[in-house]
Amino acid sequence: MADWAPLVLSFQIAFFATILATTIGVAIGLLLTNGRFFGRDLLDALTSAPMVMPPTVLGYYVLVALGRHSAVGRAWESVTGSSIVFTRTGAVIAATLGSLPLVVKSARAALEAVDPTLLKAARTLGAGPLRAFLTVHLPLAARGLIAGVMLAFARSLGDFGVTLMVAGDIPGETQTAALAIYDMIQAHQERAAAGMVAVLTGITIVALYVVNKLTAVRRED
Amino acid sequence: MKTDAPALEVDVRVERARGRDFTLDAKFTAEPGVTILYGPSGSGKSTTLGAIAGLLTPSGGRIALGSDVWFDADKRISLPAERRGIAFVFQSLALFPHMTALGNVEYGLPRSMPRAERQSRAHEMLGRMRVAHLAARRPSTFSGGEGQRVALARAFAPAPRLVLLDEPFSAMDRDLRRDFVADVRGYVAEASIPLIHVTHHRNEARALGDRVILIQAGRIQAIGSVEELLPPSADKMDDSLPLRTHR
Repeated sequence: MADWAPLVLSFQIAFFATILATTIGVAIGLLLTNGRFFGRDLLDALTSAPMVMPPTVLGYYVLVALGRHSAVGRAWESVTGSSIVFTRTGAVIAATLGSLPLVVKSARAALEAVDPTLLKAARTLGAGPLRAFLTVHLPLAARGLIAGVMLAFARSLGDFGVTLMVAGDIPGETQTAALAIYDMIQAHQERAAAGMVAVLTGITIVALYVVNKLTAVRRED
Repeated sequence: MKTDAPALEVDVRVERARGRDFTLDAKFTAEPGVTILYGPSGSGKSTTLGAIAGLLTPSGGRIALGSDVWFDADKRISLPAERRGIAFVFQSLALFPHMTALGNVEYGLPRSMPRAERQSRAHEMLGRMRVAHLAARRPSTFSGGEGQRVALARAFAPAPRLVLLDEPFSAMDRDLRRDFVADVRGYVAEASIPLIHVTHHRNEARALGDRVILIQAGRIQAIGSVEELLPPSADKMDDSLPLRTHR
């Protein structure tokens, strides 16, 4: 009987990572769309970096920034009583980092595709920036944003490298499906891994299919 | 039409307006009634409207409606667009595609107004613009003329203190345009507010305007009455305009 606990943990981590990545990613996407500020291109590059940077390098930065000896790590530990790294919190942060560029890129493309005249119209009709964003910009960019969220979920479900560096591979604690599959392959238990491989493959294909549908309809609009 | 209602005083400079190689420098007063801002494409008409609406920040000058100062570079005053109480009808109409006609018109009504009252007011404005039957439909199903009527209903519903029209009738045929001119004239006369209408159509300007401001390359060339500046046979700026209407 296969142990599905790593897959369940992966879903839990992906859920929280997607919420985090969506919140931060849409805010950065909006900033990159509207903002004319010093360092805009650098912010764009930094948020894209996790897509191309080796996971070990990214993991190293997270360990340095959030480890037990860092200021953030110490502050977190004094409040919660546990560290960020080598816990599920660390796994959520690792998965968030991996999926953040996908949300930023999707959000930016979707937000930029909305005709700016509509936002100007909203302002002249008495809507402040927040109301114009929530009632006009966001609904009209919804398809692209949903596509980004789905990609982020699929991506965070299967994060391997950064999760291993930041959260370790602790069975029952931080061992996600991707890590469990790796361990099973190392132990020559290919058949035991097949179930989780199939589930992750299915989710990836379904997510990409829906994303393609969503963005294709948007192009037709 | 001269009334006690507040006039719009504009004195703005916009450096190298929107990629143009000139600086917009415009000073004029728009009394209640229709003022036509007339000039060729790229002369600074839309930039002037944008500055009045608060959609762009001029580099200098002052904009005030009566005693309400909307922009004053020296005093560092710049009221955001949403607090100026204006109606702006864009060339593209900019109707919200995800809302019905009713939703579009309701959007500009104050949130403090009860929902039922907002809906009733929106229905009333759609009826007044003769498009009540479109209330539940979305803009993608409107004909060009229907869209323009809904856009006017949306603009007039919140009882604006100033109306800005940025060539919203440019895609209309002559008969349709004549109907709209009558509707807009009727509304402005009743509300006694200033309306600035940007156009490069001579006949539209003649039919709608009380006063004309001729603008070219960011500078105001002349301000006067329609008869004075755009007489039927005159050819003052027509040659520089890409579109001509035929009488």
